[in-house]
Amino acid sequence: MNPGAPKIVPKPKALNCPSCGSAIELRAMGAAAAVVCSYCSVTLDATNPQLVILQRFQAQMTVQPLIPLGSRGKLFGAVWEVIGFQQRGIDVEGTNYFWREYVLFNPYKGFRYISEYDNHWSFVTPIPSLPVPGVNNYNRPTMTFDGVIYDHFQTAQAYTWFVIGEFPWQVKVGEIVTAADYVAAPKMLSSETTENEVNWSRGEYIDGKEIWAAFQLPGAPPPAVGVYSIQPAPVEVQKGRPWKLFFIFAALLFGMMTFFSMRALDETVMEQTYTFQPLATGEKSFVTKPFQLKGNSANLRVEVMGQLDNSWAFFGMALINEDTGQAYDFGRQISSYHGVDEGESWSEDDKLDAAILPSIPGGKYYLRIEPETEPVPAGASPLAVKPITYTVRLIRDVPFYFRYFLGMFLLLLPLPFMGRKRGNFEQTRWTESDYGVPPNSIAWQANSASGDDDE
Amino acid sequence: MSQPTAICPNCGAPIRFRWSSAIQTTCEYCKSILVRHDVNLTKVGQVADLPPDISPIQIGTEGMYRNTAFQVIGRIIYSHDIGAWNEWHLLFSNGSNGWLSDAQAEYAVSFLSQPDSPLPGPSEVYRGFQYTQQGVGLVVTALTEANYEGVEGELPFQYWDKSRCPFADLRSQDGRFATIDYTETPPLLFLGEFVEFESLQLKFLKEFEGWTA
Repeated sequence: MNPGAPKIVPKPKALNCPSCGSAIELRAMGAAAAVVCSYCSVTLDATNPQLVILQRFQAQMTVQPLIPLGSRGKLFGAVWEVIGFQQRGIDVEGTNYFWREYVLFNPYKGFRYISEYDNHWSFVTPIPSLPVPGVNNYNRPTMTFDGVIYDHFQTAQAYTWFVIGEFPWQVKVGEIVTAADYVAAPKMLSSETTENEVNWSRGEYIDGKEIWAAFQLPGAPPPAVGVYSIQPAPVEVQKGRPWKLFFIFAALLFGMMTFFSMRALDETVMEQTYTFQPLATGEKSFVTKPFQLKGNSANLRVEVMGQLDNSWAFFGMALINEDTGQAYDFGRQISSYHGVDEGESWSEDDKLDAAILPSIPGGKYYLRIEPETEPVPAGASPLAVKPITYTVRLIRDVPFYFRYFLGMFLLLLPLPFMGRKRGNFEQTRWTESDYGVPPNSIAWQANSASGDDDE
Repeated sequence: MSQPTAICPNCGAPIRFRWSSAIQTTCEYCKSILVRHDVNLTKVGQVADLPPDISPIQIGTEGMYRNTAFQVIGRIIYSHDIGAWNEWHLLFSNGSNGWLSDAQAEYAVSFLSQPDSPLPGPSEVYRGFQYTQQGVGLVVTALTEANYEGVEGELPFQYWDKSRCPFADLRSQDGRFATIDYTETPPLLFLGEFVEFESLQLKFLKEFEGWTA
């Protein structure tokens, strides 16, 4: 049935470093091209059973990997063993920036990498396809891969400073490649180019905690420093997120508004028309008939409506609880003016005024009203003074919209601040790029335009 | 599937062909490289010890590519700077043959392809060279000077006395892959695509101590 019965490939035997004699463990089943002795840092040809020395070097630096060689962990759906580690660096105007790379191996799936810079981590997968180059609206280079557009971040000469363990290529300290990074947070597209070869890979930002959990490392990952090129923006300012939150809360408010307005009693408790004679002497105030306010506690809308003729009327009012004597004092005013000016007739009416008394407990109440109007001028004809007719209407438990609109407005307030926070985050992300500013920044276009002028 | 067996002219062991069109095979017992002339087999060489085996694939491994079943019936082993890689010779259930290359667990399936236009010569090709085959835009991404390390099993041609093997690897923007093999004159073009290990649904793989597929 099975022509080639499965053979079990044994674990590679430990070998001794031909330089210092220390035990060298080969983990990659022979798939690696080079192995660097952890003790004396000599680089050996892992494809040769005799472990021929490829490079001896005086260690310029020693870097301890945070994930020890030989650690195994499950990440992105497969088990990986850490078999190699290197520190690389770029020189930007005299300043060295270092990052570290861990080589991961699985005998069936091949090689992956974990990259770490300033304690920001990413999981890197080689990609066999070539991304499609382009430029964005601001004339900055892009690469498109798998439908995602990546913005050029940086191109630099990457120098290998320190290596230990096994590598799928003949790694050497001092090796120089041209490394270009394109970002679409949380992903990065990177190319490494030498004279004879170009290799592309795609990295994905990963929380250090996930790595610590996957490889069961003790303690916690060291805190990340600054903003990394493919670090996702803080969740609260991610693209569309503030608006999403706004719409969620606005919908909630709208729902509350609908619910409470449907539940509102909105019941006219009393509607009564009165007449006030400005010429009358004596006590002007009077009390209405008592009325019942239902429910435990709800608002009460008090409306005063009336028709006046070039006059105003003020109504001092008190809502008084018959049982407890508790009084709610307030006043409302109506007015109506009209005339003719330079042949144009005009009018200014305020025929209705209303007050909403909040949280009035249920019970038996009456209203005390004290009307007041323009004093009658001395010597005026009593016939010219018209009585004022007005209607007082009490509505129990009216739906109340204003607070919801206020709520919507308050919800809008943080949006500009979040937009600015997002902008600042993007600004910081792109500070270390070749451009210093985000890919959609007009500032760079202006610079490049002036740069063109210089030529 | 089972083909008439022949006898190894070197050691007399039975030689079983899985593929009637095989030109060359190796004797499992004495490691002689045998070339078929009609019904007779001639020993043309001897396989030296193969380099340490790193691939999970072996002769007899079965899998699927684009809904067609295949069996691995032979291989050529190369080495270069970054270690060894295998070109596994595939026999498909429809009778066609192709290649599965396994370079450090980066897998690609390819087929011999008649070039649409003359291929660049070995001295004309460079990294970044562009070539169009069957409407696919390909770019040379790597130039490799490989060493022939050995053969195993059935092959569609005689292949046993190579040493220096220059190759150009080409890639496209949509996952296609091509190799120009400069060991022949005129050079050969293999066109195919990169494949995910899982997508091949491989059976009868080698096992690695301490790992599960």
